[in-house]
Amino acid sequence: MSLFNVFNISGSAMSAQSQRLNAVASNLANADSATSANGTPYKSKQVVFSAMPTGSPDASGVKVLKVIEDNSPAKVVYDPKHPLANDKGYVTMPNVNVTEEMVNMISASRAYQNNVETMNAAKTMLLKTLTIGQQ
Amino acid sequence: MLNRLDEALSFHQNALRVRGQRQELIAANIANADTPNFKARDIDFKAAMQSAVAGINKNAFQTTKTSPLHLDGTPASNSNTSAAPGEPLFRPIIQGSVDGNTVDMDVERNQFADNGIRYEASLTLINAQLKQMLAAIQGS
Repeated sequence: MSLFNVFNISGSAMSAQSQRLNAVASNLANADSATSANGTPYKSKQVVFSAMPTGSPDASGVKVLKVIEDNSPAKVVYDPKHPLANDKGYVTMPNVNVTEEMVNMISASRAYQNNVETMNAAKTMLLKTLTIGQQ
Repeated sequence: MLNRLDEALSFHQNALRVRGQRQELIAANIANADTPNFKARDIDFKAAMQSAVAGINKNAFQTTKTSPLHLDGTPASNSNTSAAPGEPLFRPIIQGSVDGNTVDMDVERNQFADNGIRYEASLTLINAQLKQMLAAIQGS
């Protein structure tokens, strides 16, 4: 029954989008973390989506293929009083682009909403189908 | 007698099946709106419906075969018709994006709502048909 598969498809997309939102939250929270577990400044994390086959061969869901670290150059800030400043007074800060992350957040949130609506529509359709011949 | 009843309802039954398949495809397009290199797909409803009506219930009886000894579920008279019409096709690109994704959310949302309403219209028609039959059976 193809309509039931809509739940799998939208559900996979919702979990993928929430994972993306999770990455955004981590990036925003660590936007000023000049050091991390391995001693280097925090690196921005990005998720990579990929289509994933579900029940039917034609319609595919979504999965997070991998989480990559953004390798763009780190921000260098002049702050001689910072404990991590080098001998010239510069501190290496994370390469998180706050504007980009905010856009990412809105995009993930909208995509999530779209999938919720898709799922709701499928649910209404299935419930209506169950009422055939009643009344 | 039951055969006749089945035939009377089969058109809308096929319509519901094709609409359901289409809804699934559009849901997949919406789900993959952010997947790089994903190409949006859709069914040509007219062609799918025509092929569904021509070989009545051709796909309805398709069974999963786990052994080569299993029999084919398709009726022999319809086995020569190819499944090509009604197969998912790629949607034309309206505004391409850098990551190779061709999902246009406006188009998908439109088609999703449209398809959902037509699905419900088919349901209403089936219900009306059933009511008619019941009225004919019960008289008055």
